[in-house]
Amino acid sequence: MRLPAWLAHHLAALRALLVLTVILGLAYPLLFVGAGKIPGLSAKAGGSLVTVGGKAVGSSLIGQSFGDDPRYFQSRPSAGAYDPTATGASNLGPEDVVDTPDRQSLLTQVCARGLAIGKREGVDGSRPFCTADGVGAVLAVFHRDGFTGPVTRVVSVNQTGAPFLTTYQGVTVEPAEAGEDYRALGAVITPIRGNAPDHPVVPADAVTASASGLDPGISSAYADLQAPRVARERGVTLDRVHQLIGRNTEGGVVNVLKLNVALDGGN
Amino acid sequence: MSGWFLTLSLVVALAAVHRPFGDHMYRVVVDKRHTMVERGIYRAVGVDPAAEQTWGVYARSVLAFSAVSILFLYLLLRLQDRLWLSLGMDPVKDHVAWNTAVSFVTNTNWQAYAGESTMGHLAQMSGLAVQNFVSAAVGIAVAVALLRGFAARKASTLGNFWVDLTRITLRILLPICVLATLILMISGTVQNLSGGTDVTTLTGATQHLTGGPVASQEAIKELGTNGGGFYNANSAHPFENPSVWTNWLQLFLILLIPFSLPRVFGRMIGQNRQGYAIVAVMAVLAIASIALTVGFETHGAGTVPQAAGAAMEGKEARFGVSGSAVYAAVTTLTSTGAVNSFHDSYTSLGGMMPMIDMMLGEVAPGGTGSGLYGLLVLALITVFVAGLMVGRTPEYLGKKIGAREIKLASLYFLVTPALVLIGTAAAFATGNNATALNTGPHGLSEVLYAFTSAANNNGSAFAGITVSTGWWDTATGLAMLLGRFVPLILVLALAGSLARQQPVPESEGTLPTHQPLFVGMVVGVTVVLVALTFLPALALGPLAEGLS
Repeated sequence: MRLPAWLAHHLAALRALLVLTVILGLAYPLLFVGAGKIPGLSAKAGGSLVTVGGKAVGSSLIGQSFGDDPRYFQSRPSAGAYDPTATGASNLGPEDVVDTPDRQSLLTQVCARGLAIGKREGVDGSRPFCTADGVGAVLAVFHRDGFTGPVTRVVSVNQTGAPFLTTYQGVTVEPAEAGEDYRALGAVITPIRGNAPDHPVVPADAVTASASGLDPGISSAYADLQAPRVARERGVTLDRVHQLIGRNTEGGVVNVLKLNVALDGGN
Repeated sequence: MSGWFLTLSLVVALAAVHRPFGDHMYRVVVDKRHTMVERGIYRAVGVDPAAEQTWGVYARSVLAFSAVSILFLYLLLRLQDRLWLSLGMDPVKDHVAWNTAVSFVTNTNWQAYAGESTMGHLAQMSGLAVQNFVSAAVGIAVAVALLRGFAARKASTLGNFWVDLTRITLRILLPICVLATLILMISGTVQNLSGGTDVTTLTGATQHLTGGPVASQEAIKELGTNGGGFYNANSAHPFENPSVWTNWLQLFLILLIPFSLPRVFGRMIGQNRQGYAIVAVMAVLAIASIALTVGFETHGAGTVPQAAGAAMEGKEARFGVSGSAVYAAVTTLTSTGAVNSFHDSYTSLGGMMPMIDMMLGEVAPGGTGSGLYGLLVLALITVFVAGLMVGRTPEYLGKKIGAREIKLASLYFLVTPALVLIGTAAAFATGNNATALNTGPHGLSEVLYAFTSAANNNGSAFAGITVSTGWWDTATGLAMLLGRFVPLILVLALAGSLARQQPVPESEGTLPTHQPLFVGMVVGVTVVLVALTFLPALALGPLAEGLS
């Protein structure tokens, strides 16, 4: 019996797929799962676990939250609360500057983190485009003729209390009413730079969420910022803390879990 | 590792392997002998490896293989809870399973799901990873068929798809993956069948560390320009991409085959300098795009990047701003779509660059195979345009570019822009743009990015948008399917019609296609075509956001 050509093609396709699935989808990965049992490879293939007193406390590759415990170096913000079963980023854009009742804008998140970290470490927490109370410094500016003409009304969109500016182009700045969408009313959204330094004391990685939500590293700058507080809380010298930072730094990035484990071990 | 060092070291490494690896691929596709394993496979499949196929039969074989693959993968995802290693995951929802099956078979690897909460280990390694191999092999096979069309004299056949598929998989992809898997494992990428480990963190919380056969999948994910992450965070996840060294290796694997295929082209037609001209076009576009992306990101314009002090939102500390920007450019210049940072939070103009890279048609250097055939179609269009301008006979490599050839080439070029723009318009017309996370111009960018990525078979995303609804899964699924197979059929038809021709001898009227002038013209035609097609859409999205 001769099969019609189209059926023969599909039968050949199915057989080819099954053969290739056995080779590429079973033999190949399982060979390496096997290789991953070899001593020397097994620790890494198994997830680079870090153990303290025989118990696993995490993975040296995966960041974790240190729960605002002042004795520990803190990790970067995470969009997924360092949960490896929900990895990912915030995905908020560079001009996400207006808070809504559903969620804080990315700008306000950055401002609030900077302020909180500044307070925690006893340094200046100010940032460009941020108010002193840690929200995005953003005005909704109404013009007489839509986008042009004299300014008729100004609202500080992220503040329901006292605005960060009293007047803007001669017009008194009003606080926002909760839930009002000023963009929809025709206002031009205008972030205000303010006079914070271009390079704030609290570094960029400390106030931004990572890509994976599991970032194991922080910049040397953020580690140095935290060092005095950790030294004080633990009653060890700053030199000792800097020494441990140095030992757990690779390419300018500090592994937070390994550093904290080393600190615990030294106590 | 700074972006400049990263780029420079990749250029040096690729320049070093371009010739030997291209020659290896050439020998694989022209070899007359079959290995014992291959003969066994042909017997099991029931095909005669000596049987030459016309373009029609070749195309039907590709389509049959892809159709069976979609169905097989769909069933595997739907039934995963009844099979082994499901880790207790539910069956994948019907519309997500359809979208995912199409996505992996078309070499797109668009992901409407999060790996760690949707896929068991069997679905990953025996379903998704297998398609990573074979969809890449299909792309290379079709490119090779087109090259045979250029090289042939009055021939009616283009080779045998089953032989190409088997050899490309076993002799090119698998050996490199074996090596790459080993290096990744030594560097910390996980490889196990564990369902995960619960640990108690230093501050007493519980963290569930995930497991999986990640390294073996990661190798082909990059080498095959697939890009589908084992985990949702893709190559930003430390278990997929633990260090700057694995990051370098991933970029190298992504670029290896696309940048070496022009060598195969040069060897097949017996004029290596023609291959160098094609590499030059790819390199000019790629380096310009990488430089712009890194420039925009490190400059860090925009309200939030300035408030933060750098464009670090959605980026990993170990890769930094420029190491992430290089990856973003490379993954979209090819059809990979793997990400080590999240493009949605890029600066307005930095985030526009991945879109433009994809809109170029992913030809610089493009996906495995698809990059080369896309660029050769653009070269044909350039020859035609040049012929119109100076009154020369349009011919390329001795083959006359007649009405049939230019119709096929023009149709090829029109397919993806049509899918991108109609898809984006349809999302807005039906209100499905409302699933975007961001508002204003950035919300439009999320929709535009989604269809650009799907239709060009890239797979990366402005990931804030929710695309796991029935409408989005259906629409992006169709965009991926048509964006892959319509151009692929047109290329095979073109190959068939080129193969039939007797080459004409070079004359004084022949435009030399191996000189810098021609390289510049192809670059120009590519950029102008893309600008004319997409500038209005870009003006409403990233340009509006970046320039206001």
